[in-house]
Amino acid sequence: MTQTGRISFREDPNPELRDGELRDGQASSSGHDHASTPLLDIQDLDVTFTTSAGPVPAVRGANLTVYPGQTVAIVGESGSGKSTTAMAISQLLPRNGAITGGRIEFQGTDIAAADRKQILALRGSEIGLVPQDPMSNLNPLWRVGFQIKEALVANGIAKGKEADRRVVELLAEAGLPDPERRANQFPHEFSGGMRQRALIAMGLAARPSLLIADEPTSALDVTVQRQILDHLDHLTDSLDVAVLLITHDLGLAAERAQHLVVMYRGHVVESGPALQLLQDPQHAYTQRLIAAAPSLSSRRLVSQRERARTRQDAEKAARARDPLPGRHDDGDDVIVAENLTRVFSIRGRAPWEKPTPFTAVDDVSFRLRRGTTTAIVGESGSGKSTVAQMVLKLLEPTSGQVRFDGRDLAQMSSKELFELRRRVQPIFQNPYGTIDPTYSIFRTVEEPLRLHGIGTRRERVARVRDLLDKVALPTGVMDRYPNELSGGQRQRVAIARALALEPEVVVCDEAVSALDVLVQAQVLELLNDLQSELGLSYIFITHDLAVVRQIADDVLVMEQGRVVEHAPTEQVFTDPQQEYTRRLLDAIPGRSIELAGSRILGDLEEAQAPTTDSMVSEDEQEQAVRGPIASEGEDPYTTGGVV
Amino acid sequence: MSRSPDTLPGQHHYVAPSNEVPLRAVDAVDTEAEPRSLWGEAWHSLIRNPIFIIAGIMIAFILLVALLPGLFTDNDPKFCELRNSYGGPQAGHPFGFDQQGCDVYARVIHGARASVSVGVLTTIGVVLLGGAIGAIAGYFGGWFDSILSRVTDIFFAIPLVLGAIVVMQLFREHAGVVLLVSVMVVFGWTSIARIARSSVMSVKNAEFVTAATALGAGRTTNLVKHILPNAVAPVIVTATVNLGVYIVVEATLSFLGVGLPDSTVSWGVDISKAQSALRDRPTLLFYPAGALAITVLSFIMMGDAVRDVLDPKAKKR
Repeated sequence: MTQTGRISFREDPNPELRDGELRDGQASSSGHDHASTPLLDIQDLDVTFTTSAGPVPAVRGANLTVYPGQTVAIVGESGSGKSTTAMAISQLLPRNGAITGGRIEFQGTDIAAADRKQILALRGSEIGLVPQDPMSNLNPLWRVGFQIKEALVANGIAKGKEADRRVVELLAEAGLPDPERRANQFPHEFSGGMRQRALIAMGLAARPSLLIADEPTSALDVTVQRQILDHLDHLTDSLDVAVLLITHDLGLAAERAQHLVVMYRGHVVESGPALQLLQDPQHAYTQRLIAAAPSLSSRRLVSQRERARTRQDAEKAARARDPLPGRHDDGDDVIVAENLTRVFSIRGRAPWEKPTPFTAVDDVSFRLRRGTTTAIVGESGSGKSTVAQMVLKLLEPTSGQVRFDGRDLAQMSSKELFELRRRVQPIFQNPYGTIDPTYSIFRTVEEPLRLHGIGTRRERVARVRDLLDKVALPTGVMDRYPNELSGGQRQRVAIARALALEPEVVVCDEAVSALDVLVQAQVLELLNDLQSELGLSYIFITHDLAVVRQIADDVLVMEQGRVVEHAPTEQVFTDPQQEYTRRLLDAIPGRSIELAGSRILGDLEEAQAPTTDSMVSEDEQEQAVRGPIASEGEDPYTTGGVV
Repeated sequence: MSRSPDTLPGQHHYVAPSNEVPLRAVDAVDTEAEPRSLWGEAWHSLIRNPIFIIAGIMIAFILLVALLPGLFTDNDPKFCELRNSYGGPQAGHPFGFDQQGCDVYARVIHGARASVSVGVLTTIGVVLLGGAIGAIAGYFGGWFDSILSRVTDIFFAIPLVLGAIVVMQLFREHAGVVLLVSVMVVFGWTSIARIARSSVMSVKNAEFVTAATALGAGRTTNLVKHILPNAVAPVIVTATVNLGVYIVVEATLSFLGVGLPDSTVSWGVDISKAQSALRDRPTLLFYPAGALAITVLSFIMMGDAVRDVLDPKAKKR
């Protein structure tokens, strides 16, 4: 206990609680005989950014220790300082960022204040880096092999022919088939996963003793993510490289790392052995995070009984309306898609070449029952968003039809279509793109009302107020502009706008995918509450199966334009029929870990409470977080009600 | 202190004291700060930019001179006495006299109006014509865009000055501000059209436009209410910089004798006249040329400052 004496330990309230399990977990995940001296020891690290508004602390007093061959994960939301901490190690901070305190000991020497030459000697050869975005981190003008060779030459590992041979070996090692040919290709000929493999090959080219992997797979599809992480694990294990994994995904971190460091607003709020942290989180923030992680929790947010009532209410409301003439009888199904097919033509490589047809959606049929949620799940390129666009009539199907309330969308007159716009609403993925940056929040939410000529100005103001209240935003945001709101808040504004016309169906196209875990949980809760309150039916497009379990009743799994599986949610999760579905399920990180989170969520289910009206002050919230969970049926950190 | 045999020094279960980092409400809204629109935000950073302030003061001064030259001189720029020919500076005539014996200071002051009005009117004309053509081409696309884009290309291929010389030569007897501005608009709208087209094309695929369509907004509503306000920034930037360029073109044409008629008081005309005496009296060229340079510089600086706030990609780091 010499160097680490500075770190303040807290008495573990029940030390023997999970020691046994912990040992097992540790033993299985790390087969190494760790050396007793740390490879990397960060003490009281401070990083400050200088901005036009003055100095902004990004990391405050962070402590972190990595032993040789170990995998350590830093977990946190965007802006928590996790990437900044990692970048500070090899001094890759942006120009306005600087280390303003603390020590970074790497192999026993302090490199926090090392000069350029020393750092250059460490980069690549001792500290490798796998960056986040495989799309922008390879130079599109150079062949992939050349770029890896650069890493070899720069670190004096190999030269000339020898280096070329190493490049092929490295690519093969990174799991790329046919490495000789691949080395001679350009980045645009690689898929995202292949690029990330090439970057891993590059990061490990000089056999560093520490590999910093900054969200290495966040931009990739889940199945690819799993393959790559498995491979990375295997590779770093056999090479005995320590890995510092930066991730926002607690489940992924717990699955891959032996030691976890949780960061929040620049501080390390909790750190410790992975399983112990997950199963017995001590800090309020860690508890919050675990409760919100969709990959870890595993149940529908609302109980079955509640769901059935919602459905019946919606059906009753629909029956009360006058049936439209020329209406197909679809019973209680509000949307019916039959044999939907959409073919795009892709331009040939040369002007004289014929365009090739590309079937994005191939013979897709499904039904959406009133008051329920149907999720369409698939990886990028599966055609799920194209289906959504056709349901919204933003795109015409090549063949097949979509019926809304028994009417074929294709045969609707422009008047009927205008009416349809009122009853079917979309919520899009990108919170930064989905609302007009030049519109105030009031104007944004008011727009649908004005377009459809609803109410006088005063009535519309009242309605906007009411809608903002529904999505738990204070009326104070009415005069504000989108650039002043966070992603989650913008998404809530988008939801308010979608609800303005009292639609029956809301199509959510990756509506929560771009949000941080906690915010994502909050928005999902909100969508759920609104469903039971207003009897909405959702089509929920997502790539994330974990989210599906929280919100959907039925699941449609799509692969390359086709539906491979269509079943009730529980059935898909407990008894998947297709190999592809099984692979998707297996790829959910941290699924096998049994932890505190599922208990918290289970309690929540029993204590359903309307959440949109709860305005909780910070102090009250503190208490609620620390106090027994769900004691008053009001759980501020997982509800959409906190402002 | 709890130590399990597996944890290594520095890797014990550590929990920060909960008062060290108080938890914030998830995604709290800052209701304290002053609400600020995108344009408000741009203005906020503009008025903190010294270049904008300098350029703004200079432009305000130039506009004042152009509008009310009488505030700065009592002398008539067209009142010339040959006995003053090439006379040096004297009281009331700080810049001296030119060959015809006209007061150089008065001519520089009164010349501002011609230059500024040609620059401003041409910019307005170019933005209206080029902006409309570019926006329509970009928004409707297809064969409509193909035709408009080819027309733009044809006009783009004709250099502004060359085209203006030819046409101005043809209509020499009608020379004046109106003709000059129309000719410059006809040959100058292409740059704005191209920018407006690409800007509209990038905005029209934004999700908020799709969202508005799904809310029931028609094509025209979308174009006017969503696309144009979001596409106008690059057009403003280019137009501001171009304003300076148009003033230069006016001076060039006047210098060549095909711009404003000799009877008009304009910097280009004066520069043209001064060149004959360049060797003996370089100051005669210096004053109108200096006024021209300062004016053009002010507008280009203004354009740069505006670009910095409206187009973050071009911002130098």
